[in-house]
Amino acid sequence: MSENLLVIDGQEVMFEPGQTILEAAEKVGIDIPTLCHLKGTTPTGACRICMVEVEGARTLMAACTVPAAKGMVVQTESATVVRSRKTTIELMLASGRHDDCLVCPASGDCRLQELAYRYKVKSARFPETFTEYPMETVNPLIVRNFAKCILCGRCVQACRDVQVNDAIDFGYRGATTKIVAKGDMALKDSDCVFCGQCIQACPVGALVPKDAWKKPRVCETEQIRTTCPYCGVGCQQILHVKNKKIVQISAAENAEPNQGRLCVKGRFGYDFIHSDERLKTPLIKKDGVFHEATWDEALDLVASKFTQIIKDHGPDAVAGVSCARSINEDSYQMQKLFRGVFKTNNIDHCART
Amino acid sequence: MTNSFKEFKHAKMFFVIGSNMTEAHPVAATYVKNAVRSGAKLIVVDPRKHKLAEFADLHVPIKVGSDIAFLNALMYVLIKEDLYDKDFVTNHTENFEALKEVVMAYPPERASDICGVSSETIVETARLAASIKPMMLCYTLGITEHSCGRNNVVSVANLQMLLGNMGMEMGGVNPLRGQNNVQGACDMGALPNVFPGYQQVVNPDARKKFEEAWGVDNLPDKNGLMIPQMMDKLVTGEVKAFYIFGENLANTEPDIRKVEHELSSAEFLVCQDIFENETTRFAHVVLPAAAWSENDGTFTNSERRVSRVRTACPPPGIAKPNWWIFREIAKRMGQTWPSQSAKELWDNEISVLAPSLGGIKYRRIELDGLQWPCPTEEHPGTSFLHKGGQFTSGKGHFTPAEWTPPAEVPNADYPYVLSTGRRLYHYHTRTQTGRTPGLNELLGEETADISISDARKLGISNGETIRLSSRRGSISLKARVTQEVPENMVWMAFHFRDANANWLTNPAFDPYTLTAEYKACAVKIEKMV
Repeated sequence: MSENLLVIDGQEVMFEPGQTILEAAEKVGIDIPTLCHLKGTTPTGACRICMVEVEGARTLMAACTVPAAKGMVVQTESATVVRSRKTTIELMLASGRHDDCLVCPASGDCRLQELAYRYKVKSARFPETFTEYPMETVNPLIVRNFAKCILCGRCVQACRDVQVNDAIDFGYRGATTKIVAKGDMALKDSDCVFCGQCIQACPVGALVPKDAWKKPRVCETEQIRTTCPYCGVGCQQILHVKNKKIVQISAAENAEPNQGRLCVKGRFGYDFIHSDERLKTPLIKKDGVFHEATWDEALDLVASKFTQIIKDHGPDAVAGVSCARSINEDSYQMQKLFRGVFKTNNIDHCART
Repeated sequence: MTNSFKEFKHAKMFFVIGSNMTEAHPVAATYVKNAVRSGAKLIVVDPRKHKLAEFADLHVPIKVGSDIAFLNALMYVLIKEDLYDKDFVTNHTENFEALKEVVMAYPPERASDICGVSSETIVETARLAASIKPMMLCYTLGITEHSCGRNNVVSVANLQMLLGNMGMEMGGVNPLRGQNNVQGACDMGALPNVFPGYQQVVNPDARKKFEEAWGVDNLPDKNGLMIPQMMDKLVTGEVKAFYIFGENLANTEPDIRKVEHELSSAEFLVCQDIFENETTRFAHVVLPAAAWSENDGTFTNSERRVSRVRTACPPPGIAKPNWWIFREIAKRMGQTWPSQSAKELWDNEISVLAPSLGGIKYRRIELDGLQWPCPTEEHPGTSFLHKGGQFTSGKGHFTPAEWTPPAEVPNADYPYVLSTGRRLYHYHTRTQTGRTPGLNELLGEETADISISDARKLGISNGETIRLSSRRGSISLKARVTQEVPENMVWMAFHFRDANANWLTNPAFDPYTLTAEYKACAVKIEKMV
């Protein structure tokens, strides 16, 4: 056997030194289920879902933390592994209110539900042991539903290691453990900056956008990748769209330049699109008051006014400002109109501010 | 940006000047914070102790408008202590002697008086900056929005060339662009002096190329007007028809009263927008446009990456894509343009006419975008510029700059400096973010951010309504007493119409770029009776 080979489910797999069993398996398409694992951060091995059987090892091992080693023989779905996973799922189901998927906004987009389905776990076999903290609905934008929290810690990692905002952490101990912000305050009274990375990281329905219950579930939506309309970083977003309406926005994972990150504006600032106040028809001002007009009326007026002014005063009597928010193709087209049709270079935008 | 965001995480050293990154470019800031947590050094130069300064090894709170004196003094120390990259300077730059002559007139002791930081701090900053290579320099509008903005820009470039931090990964000069497509609007030639791809309008060959491509003759051969000149000429009547596409100038330009007078002077004003706003009030015709997510297209980000924008929903009512509107006007004036979609515009016109975009086609940017220069369809794009110290025009040219004070400085009547910027929870004039209730809940009104010591001196408590006045206007708003702001300074944003900083800001402009001095004007603070 050459240097860096291990055997996973009977298949010889090459690995790079330092790679975990999980990473080695992923590379060849072997699906070891994970839950707490957040790509790009240090694995914690907290949830015990990715346990695998390693020949010769005393116990099952967490594939997300154990480095692949030469000659290792790994079983990812053996009877022992499956039994362990079932028990873990049952314990998670007993750790909160996980029996109301019918009214949960995360249903269909829930890792716990997916795992319960995959391993055919119907309900919690264990008595409920958790402390029932009330749902936190006082914040803008984000609802924290502690009854759904399985304490996987992904939100803490997203906040601390990805966005480096350090707003939340584990609080209390044992059965009373809770994800807390600044000495157990509401997010709005903490260091939270509402980037919503915790929502993106949450594998269940414990962290959801505040308006989630008023909208279709994410699982019912079509996903459309696009570029954020705010600052110049150009983050890649996934628009979750149903019935031609944006329902939610998340960050595109493994995409440049944002690598799965967004800020508060990029994640939540899209209501304007569907605002009733949008301009819907051309408007022409008569006697100081705007009146609705057809495109022909408005465009004929613009063309005739510009033609007349250029005829009477020369092309440099017209000037225009393009939009640094709109697409390239629009700015191209506007400068083409000014240069090629109006015959002036009086075209600018807010380039230097 | 000469370099790329993906390099941030791996950088060993940052020099961030005039950039409130955690609020204005939050995702970029996450990478800087990641790097700092992994051991990178961070120098933050900013009058305010903003959030990123908390992560800094060294925060240097220079006075508003003293950047050139500070940067020159850093270069003085680097030269004097022989800490600069002689190899890079010799082989890849020119005009070093002229730079040296100017910066040697800025010993730290002199700069200390101008900048309000100790000469020891200046020396320490220079030594720290020279201690690790490469150093990545980032700046934002704290550098450009001054009457000496262009000289600020050349000074940061001088510093990076002197340190030999150009032409390599995790180095370079990196202006973070404030708007999603301000880079793209420049690339597209929405500027008075260049066609798409920065081809000069005064160059007869460039004109001929575009005349042939567009099937027109006599393209105008002299540079056009920049925005402030257009606005001035609205009042004199030299500009009669004004076409504003997607800008709320009545709130964003300095000295709102002056701006509104200019807008109301237009003989014929067209506004093309997605909402009625303070600017459309002055329009004669308002054209309703499709917004982001209502049509296909591309944005180009700060790192020159052309990425796709896609349609999720139809525009409301009979609103139309902007490119369609321009095309219809051209048609009514006798020209029928061939391209009938954003894709056709990009693939058949823009990428054909702009050499640096030649290899970028829609089919290549389905997933991650491509960074220009990308001249051919086989080219992978360019993540950092000036590789190996090769500059576009041969050698990197040092352009020495003398420090000049802001156009308006405090005096007995207006004893405080007002500086402006953006806050995390809103964007510009809130045309977009103001429609999200949660964002309004997080930030519902403008405040005047003042220092604890000034608040104590004036007997003002946090949240108290005060009057803030400049020579141009007067507003009342709540004081936010904070340790972020140094003494003798007020800081505000321009997100709200009421108490918009631009009622006060000074329409003084950089002579080269005509960028307004949003970062410095003189104000007085009064307690309300």
